Amino acid sequence: MTTVDARGLRCPAPVIRLARAAADAPPGSELTVLATDPAAVHDVPAWARMRGHEMVGATEHDGVHALTVRTRA
Amino acid sequence: MTHATAARVILDAGGRAPLLPEARTAFLEALDQGWADPRRLHAEGRRARMLLDGAREAIAASVGARTPEVDLAPSHTASLHGAVRSVVRGRRRTGSQVVVSAVERAAVLNAADFAGDRVTVAVDRDGRVDAQELCAAVARPGVALAALQHANGEVGTLQPVGPVHDAARAAGVPLLVDAGSSLGHVDVGDAWDLLAADAGDWGGPSGLGVLVTRSGVRRSPDWPEDEDRWFPGGVSVPAALAAAVALQVAVATRSADDTARRRLVDVVRTRVTSDVPDVDVVGHGVDRLPHVLTFSCLYVEGEALLAALDARGFAVGSGSACTSSALEPSHVLAAMGALTHGNIRLALPRGTSATDVERFLAELPGIVAAVREAWGVGGL
Repeated sequence: MTTVDARGLRCPAPVIRLARAAADAPPGSELTVLATDPAAVHDVPAWARMRGHEMVGATEHDGVHALTVRTRA
Repeated sequence: MTHATAARVILDAGGRAPLLPEARTAFLEALDQGWADPRRLHAEGRRARMLLDGAREAIAASVGARTPEVDLAPSHTASLHGAVRSVVRGRRRTGSQVVVSAVERAAVLNAADFAGDRVTVAVDRDGRVDAQELCAAVARPGVALAALQHANGEVGTLQPVGPVHDAARAAGVPLLVDAGSSLGHVDVGDAWDLLAADAGDWGGPSGLGVLVTRSGVRRSPDWPEDEDRWFPGGVSVPAALAAAVALQVAVATRSADDTARRRLVDVVRTRVTSDVPDVDVVGHGVDRLPHVLTFSCLYVEGEALLAALDARGFAVGSGSACTSSALEPSHVLAAMGALTHGNIRLALPRGTSATDVERFLAELPGIVAAVREAWGVGGL
């Protein structure tokens, strides 16, 4: 599983980093982005919907959100 | 770059529309005729009082209420705060819950948290509240107040105020309807017990809110006594008069304005979807305000987009976090599951021309593409 570190970055940077990682990953990969920007919590699921990826998890610990998607197969 | 010839295109009239010419005239006249304190007993004071009462009477007529039911507030925010706080206090023996939709204005959500215990009901992808869940929440014991906007001012979606009002009435709970984005643009109907509206939004002056309270709604101030009981200190008489005049004009021209602006927004909706790649158009396509449209552009920074549009002569709004002082994006977009970055919020003022909209649509795709190019997101 790939982890993308977007902590400290403001929107739309976390989504862009995740999208770059998704473009390089084989279909069906699980990717997790770490973000401190509160907008990422809403924008990662919205991006996944627009791109046909699947949200598989979202957790938060000490202000760091971990958002996991499975890329379109 | 030349600034002298660039005509501005204003597409950000939500809550602060350009002042209607009739309202401007009324405001200036009232500065001469109604400058005095309406609480004074001398001739000048009585004249100001007469103008103020006339404004309340006209506003009452425009919303189908009686004049004593109309209170004027120093802002829309103040009218919403006052409504929530006074009803929660007045009905404290019944309970402290304030049932709201997730997409109410921040003033309602914050006042509910401040004065009572907020119960928040979710919305669907179009921003429309789950009426069944809202009705069920209102019917539970311990509810002081329910609040549902007439329409959402950020995304335009109309809310099911009719069935919710029926359920609230059956439960004996008053319903506050925030018509701050609706009054003057659409018929707000009579499915409410308290109605709040914003003069700045319908083409009147800013700094004037309206709260209409049906007789029988129990309320009590939780603030110090004042001669102006519901909004201590009263309001500006010229602002009140100009607001009333603007509302009369807005209601009189509503039907024609509705047709013209609805058509323009339909054009924007279609063209943005077809001409801008990766755009999330937000809000209900049909059951909506005539003049409001919001969309979000993937991988685009809202602040950069606004700045680029502004430089090209376009004034638009945004619900993206980076365009506000807050770190949080629009709670409305978030509640709808919409993309929150790269957001553009349009509220067309009355009289927006097809030429202006066409110019915006002609330039938008290139501006979005340029912002994306600067971030190197092509092909993602």
